[in-house]
Amino acid sequence: MPKELLEGNAAIAEAAIRAGVEAYFGYPITPQTEVLEHFSERLPELGRVFLQAESEVAAINMVYGAACAGARVMTSSSSPGISLMQEGLSYIACSEVPVVVANIMRGGPGLGNVQPSQGDYFQAVKTTGHGDFHMIVLAPATVQEAIDLVVLAFDLAEKYNTIAMVVADGAIGQMMEPAELPPMRPVRLPKERPAWALTGAKGREHIIITSLYLGAENLERVNLRLQEKLKKIAASEVRWKEYSTDDADLLLVAFGTVGRVCQTVVREARAKGIKVGLLRPITLWPFPSARLNELAHQVRGMLAVEMSAGQMVEDVRLAVEGRCPVRFYGRLGGIVPLADEILPELEKLDAELAGGKES
Amino acid sequence: MAMVEIPADMELVYKRPESLTLAHTHYCPGCTHGVIHRLIAEVLDELDVRERTIGIAPVGCSVLAYYYFNVDMAEAAHGRAPAMATGIKRVSPDKVVFTYQGDGDLAAIGTSEIIQVANRGEPFTTIFVNNAIYGMTGGQMAPTTLPGQVTTSSPTGRDVETTGWPMRMAELIGILPGAAYVTRQAVLDGPGIRRTKKAIKLAFQSQLGGLGFSMVEIISTCSTNWHMGPVEALEWAKEHMVAYYPLGDTKVSDGVRALMEGR
Repeated sequence: MPKELLEGNAAIAEAAIRAGVEAYFGYPITPQTEVLEHFSERLPELGRVFLQAESEVAAINMVYGAACAGARVMTSSSSPGISLMQEGLSYIACSEVPVVVANIMRGGPGLGNVQPSQGDYFQAVKTTGHGDFHMIVLAPATVQEAIDLVVLAFDLAEKYNTIAMVVADGAIGQMMEPAELPPMRPVRLPKERPAWALTGAKGREHIIITSLYLGAENLERVNLRLQEKLKKIAASEVRWKEYSTDDADLLLVAFGTVGRVCQTVVREARAKGIKVGLLRPITLWPFPSARLNELAHQVRGMLAVEMSAGQMVEDVRLAVEGRCPVRFYGRLGGIVPLADEILPELEKLDAELAGGKES
Repeated sequence: MAMVEIPADMELVYKRPESLTLAHTHYCPGCTHGVIHRLIAEVLDELDVRERTIGIAPVGCSVLAYYYFNVDMAEAAHGRAPAMATGIKRVSPDKVVFTYQGDGDLAAIGTSEIIQVANRGEPFTTIFVNNAIYGMTGGQMAPTTLPGQVTTSSPTGRDVETTGWPMRMAELIGILPGAAYVTRQAVLDGPGIRRTKKAIKLAFQSQLGGLGFSMVEIISTCSTNWHMGPVEALEWAKEHMVAYYPLGDTKVSDGVRALMEGR
């Protein structure tokens, strides 16, 4: 397919349509409303389900219901709306039905603002809801990557019967850039729904989908099964991208929009003779910890750059296990750190570690 | 499930509906959930829809209803059954979908969801069991607890000045244009149980006809948390509950009226 000039939010919705989404339930919230608007126009004309819910709480439970019925389904929202969905996400995680969620992050806490932010890193990878679980969390840095990761999100959600969340900051949602949409997949027919789905107890035992397991041993068994699955995901679904890391002795770590800004920083720093590389996590969970640990043996230090007060940096430090210094630079309130301000931070780190790699 | 052979000289007059499983319920002695489960199951059998029915269990005493109904079932978060049912019905419009909810679930934490589905006219059926108390958590004040009624969280009796008034949900839902059939019945005696079954059947028929949202509120008892014997509880409900919650239809759409007159 040829490249078109696409807006991130609309591209996310259209990618889901191409990936065969059968139903979308959502609620308007800036800066993701264009996702909902695109679906509201496209899904009915394709004979698929679109419903604007009365709240994010209702939307995620509609998604839960549709997923239990075996339909390919998604919702989207932005930070405060995702907070409202946490209850539903926890139920969905325990029930092990596949669901895709897009979070076009905005500034917080509270009502915050509608500027791009990465303040939902903790919420996405650590505190999605009560109980022990993780979602697969995918973080695009371009509109093209957003399209590709939405398609991947459906495949992963269905492969593992889990939640896959695409987290993009408002900048990716709102900007336009050339990108290529995938071809239209055929939509699954009702008779092709998975065997575990609620389709009516015809010629088989009735099926129950629940997240209630009374009895401690019962619930522990369910939890251990979930953990086994998460281990499998962690072992095979880690994704990241590296830039100029081969000979790097300093490393930038950043995802999403600021990950993209850091590519410029790498170029500019290298022009000044600083041998810096960039690791851009694409899956925030599972996190590319093993690769970071390897790189910690190679570089003198790392600089994590985020559009938050420093959330991902905690996972970088855990991955590095103290093998090298890890510094942080971030901007808050919906401000995207620019190359001009990241570069001096990097130079400071370079000077500080001038004595070579600390042992 | 093997059925016992019926001797040739005997007629089968009563049996377990196929829409119920063989499981023993966990309900307390004197609880009316069992009666209501059976009525729903009889209706599903009579309408021959068991094999295409999907039910949603709530949070509350009937949280384990999915073990008792021999139909596909999902378990919802507290109050969210109507939203889940919406998702299911929208992607599976050929299925018969119902939610089974208590008063805390439907009339407190889930008020938004129930009003919105009724207003959208989602074509599924809600069975709303009103026994004026939170049974599962041990007898706290519910949105439907009567004025002056003693519960573990209104130990001196419900004070309407500080806790508000009991919610008449059938009336509240009945005024919404998307609601096709809304009624309040009671399972406190034989005739009431028969009327309740008729109402449940009409609600499911209304769903099968795609007429809109249908809800049957059922006045029920909770011997355990009311601290009464089963018979005393039935009498108390007749005297006090029915006085506050009048029985009868609060919404019969033209389509449902045609259904009623057609039979």
